[in-house]
Amino acid sequence: MLTFRLYMLQRITALIMAPLVIGHIAVMIFAVQGGLSAAEILGRTQGSLWWAIFYGTFALAVSIHAAIGLRTIAFEMAALKDGALDFLSWAVFVLFAALGLGAVFAVTA
Amino acid sequence: MSVTTHQLEVSIWRGGAGGGEFERFGVPAQVNQTVLDVVSWVQQNTDPTLTYRYACRVGMCGSCAMMVNGEPRWTCRTHVSKVTKDNRLEIAPLRNLPVIKDLVTDMDPFFDKWVAAESVHHPSMTRRDPIKPVATDSLARLVANDGIECINCAVCYSACDTVAGNDAYFGPAALNRAWTLYNDEKDAGQQDILDAVSGEGGCHNCHSQGGCSHYCPNELNPMDAIAGLKRATVKNWLRGK
Repeated sequence: MLTFRLYMLQRITALIMAPLVIGHIAVMIFAVQGGLSAAEILGRTQGSLWWAIFYGTFALAVSIHAAIGLRTIAFEMAALKDGALDFLSWAVFVLFAALGLGAVFAVTA
Repeated sequence: MSVTTHQLEVSIWRGGAGGGEFERFGVPAQVNQTVLDVVSWVQQNTDPTLTYRYACRVGMCGSCAMMVNGEPRWTCRTHVSKVTKDNRLEIAPLRNLPVIKDLVTDMDPFFDKWVAAESVHHPSMTRRDPIKPVATDSLARLVANDGIECINCAVCYSACDTVAGNDAYFGPAALNRAWTLYNDEKDAGQQDILDAVSGEGGCHNCHSQGGCSHYCPNELNPMDAIAGLKRATVKNWLRGK
């Protein structure tokens, strides 16, 4: 079920997420320590292409990674197969990507 | 063997492919007694229709594996005293395999998956070539040596939760064999093996839960072999193959 292609996609997205999570946590700690308000944070992220790429990449990596993981769980635990399994995988990917990229757009546009 | 006075309460699964149920037997407990001894006692003294499989009785042939109190065991080398719970034994056919009758499972899916995983010898020479010595101290040979004592008992296959949830998954034994052949300098099928273990039933389905390594009666480590195959497929991909 989990072919080499899906396996590599999940590992590569994990490798992408790891430094981005560390960066995210580091920035959050820095922002809280410095006493930044929400308005001040938005002032820094809005219009920033760098933050849009940072969190946009993270949202896409999460969407791919989670969709493959949930696909495996649905197959092994709920016996979902073939078309239904593909549909669920793509639906999870589209949902997570839409939510994630929507949030990124909201704070960086 | 010395006989003690008490009886073991033994439940043995009876039935076929269409279903069945546990049947209870009283078996005289002995000081030195294996689970296979218990099954044999029932078949020889209480119910001659009880069907089970065994051959060597010394842990060589791999034919007598069964579920004992819910865990896969090689019954000829499993002492009753180590596995009884409150004087009770529950003996069932191996998990993850179709039942033929009573304690006998159909091993075809298990061995079909060995072949599907390319766990077969791919000759690198003909019989007319001179015999080439194997370098016994090479790293590949040492890695292969770690996995070659498999007796095909299917205990690991039965212990594997991934097999339980994924019919296509080759399982630990087939992949362990594929890994030993991949590291065998006299096997010429390395690419065939990597292609086979990269498909639907391949090594990438393993979640590294380790049931196989925990229960392997020969203390092999199929989980480590599967991790080796995963690394080999990634290296192969990075080389553009």
